[in-house]
Amino acid sequence: MLKRTPLYENHQKLGARLVEFGGWEMPVQYTGIVDEHQTVRTAAGMFDISHMGEVRVSGPSALAFLNGVLTNDLRKLAVGQGQYTLLCNERGGVIDDLYAYRLADQEFLLIINASRIDSDVGWLQAQFRKFAPSVGSELLDISDQIGAVAVQGPKVAQFIDQCFPASTAGGADAWKPSDLAKNQICAVDWNEHRLWISRTGYTGEDGFEILADAQSIVPVWEQVLKIGQPYGLKPAGLGARDTLRTEACYALYGHELDEDTTPLEAGLGFFVALDKGEFVGRSALVAQKQKGVGKKCVAFKMSEKSAPARPHYPIWSGGTEAQRIGEVVSGTQSPSLGIGIGLGYVPPASAKPGTEIQIEIRGKRFGAAIVPKPIYRKPAISQFMTDPT
Amino acid sequence: MTNVPAELRYAKSHEWVRVEGNIATTGITDHAQHELTDVVFVELPAKGRVVKAGEACAVVESVKTASDVYAPLSGQVVEVNQAVVNDPALVNSEPYGQGWFYKLQLSQLSELDGLLSAADYGKQVNQ
Repeated sequence: MLKRTPLYENHQKLGARLVEFGGWEMPVQYTGIVDEHQTVRTAAGMFDISHMGEVRVSGPSALAFLNGVLTNDLRKLAVGQGQYTLLCNERGGVIDDLYAYRLADQEFLLIINASRIDSDVGWLQAQFRKFAPSVGSELLDISDQIGAVAVQGPKVAQFIDQCFPASTAGGADAWKPSDLAKNQICAVDWNEHRLWISRTGYTGEDGFEILADAQSIVPVWEQVLKIGQPYGLKPAGLGARDTLRTEACYALYGHELDEDTTPLEAGLGFFVALDKGEFVGRSALVAQKQKGVGKKCVAFKMSEKSAPARPHYPIWSGGTEAQRIGEVVSGTQSPSLGIGIGLGYVPPASAKPGTEIQIEIRGKRFGAAIVPKPIYRKPAISQFMTDPT
Repeated sequence: MTNVPAELRYAKSHEWVRVEGNIATTGITDHAQHELTDVVFVELPAKGRVVKAGEACAVVESVKTASDVYAPLSGQVVEVNQAVVNDPALVNSEPYGQGWFYKLQLSQLSELDGLLSAADYGKQVNQ
């Protein structure tokens, strides 16, 4: 039996097409993937992300414990700040990628992938017992109690405060959600609902993610739909979420990341604080850093018209004596660029942007080139402004 | 409600057929394009290729997936629709019009009896 989010009936009412995703029955699209993708790039889209998991870690041991199991340095987080981080096994392989927020001095919230909840919680609980936390410290899987939506796009900052007109009640030092800097989070008491609003997302656009009790997420969804509509907001499904994140080159667990792939191979070394002290996987990652990685996650763009690249398609080197050098892990037709794009693993020698490669699509090879990440970057505002100097 | 024109014949695998003399024009149905979602790529058989009914001979790719398209009847490909190759979105906007795939010169007209009527195909996709 597939699990359903508290917004299931809302999706049905909106005519969504529902599909299985990581054990959940989720909307893949409402009007169409390309339409929803463009809506997020030009105006605003709202995604149900209630399937994602949440783990709350609190008490005197919370910081030290988490810093010993996550790769990024949590000591850098002020209250109301979050960071992208990874949970690794002893071999440095990625158990999950996640966001960690510091909600209060001794209270942290981890937002984890839906498909990884059981693995993460099992691993974290085992590590927590081993760590022998001090009295008053606890680790709780609250995934079933929390609903969440992501509101993404260049117009969102114009209406987010209007959706939840209340002063903030915790977290970052901000008067209203639009005051939040990237990666900050604040609490807002809206009617009888306690919301946590962060300035984060998975689309490459500005935007916010809103967490609330499962029963509160329905009024949140309805309020954002109502207030956002005049700004062009539409509901958006997992189909657009995937094309948007692929253009932005954000990793999706099970594609770019798995337990046999390290953050260094995935190009996520920035989120691994090797100098912070001991953490699970550190010695393996230090050794790999010294020795150098054997494969690297790269972004590519097709050089000619072709069917979209798909996961597991072979990657070949360019030139006359082509060799099979790697494999595609994510691929789609880029709605923003109108050409095939993707992510894949190749040896470091072939990973430099500009390198010509070939993607084998149903037995035929098509030209492509390694490109810098992200594949799509939104046009800089400065481009349209007069240079003040 | 999906559009199933009465004058066409249908394969269970969601191709439609319009027969004029011994030439059959084919494409994929409105139901199929709706299920596939936004079509971004179409690969058609080469002109002159001889195909057998039920043989996979074209590919249609949406943002999400690749799907085979089968020859609804046996014959030789006499014309392919370059317009739909250039603009795959025609499959979504006009599946029975500008979004056609290719034309077959039929080798076994009796195979037509094995195709579904609009009423029967409509039943298949609406149950």
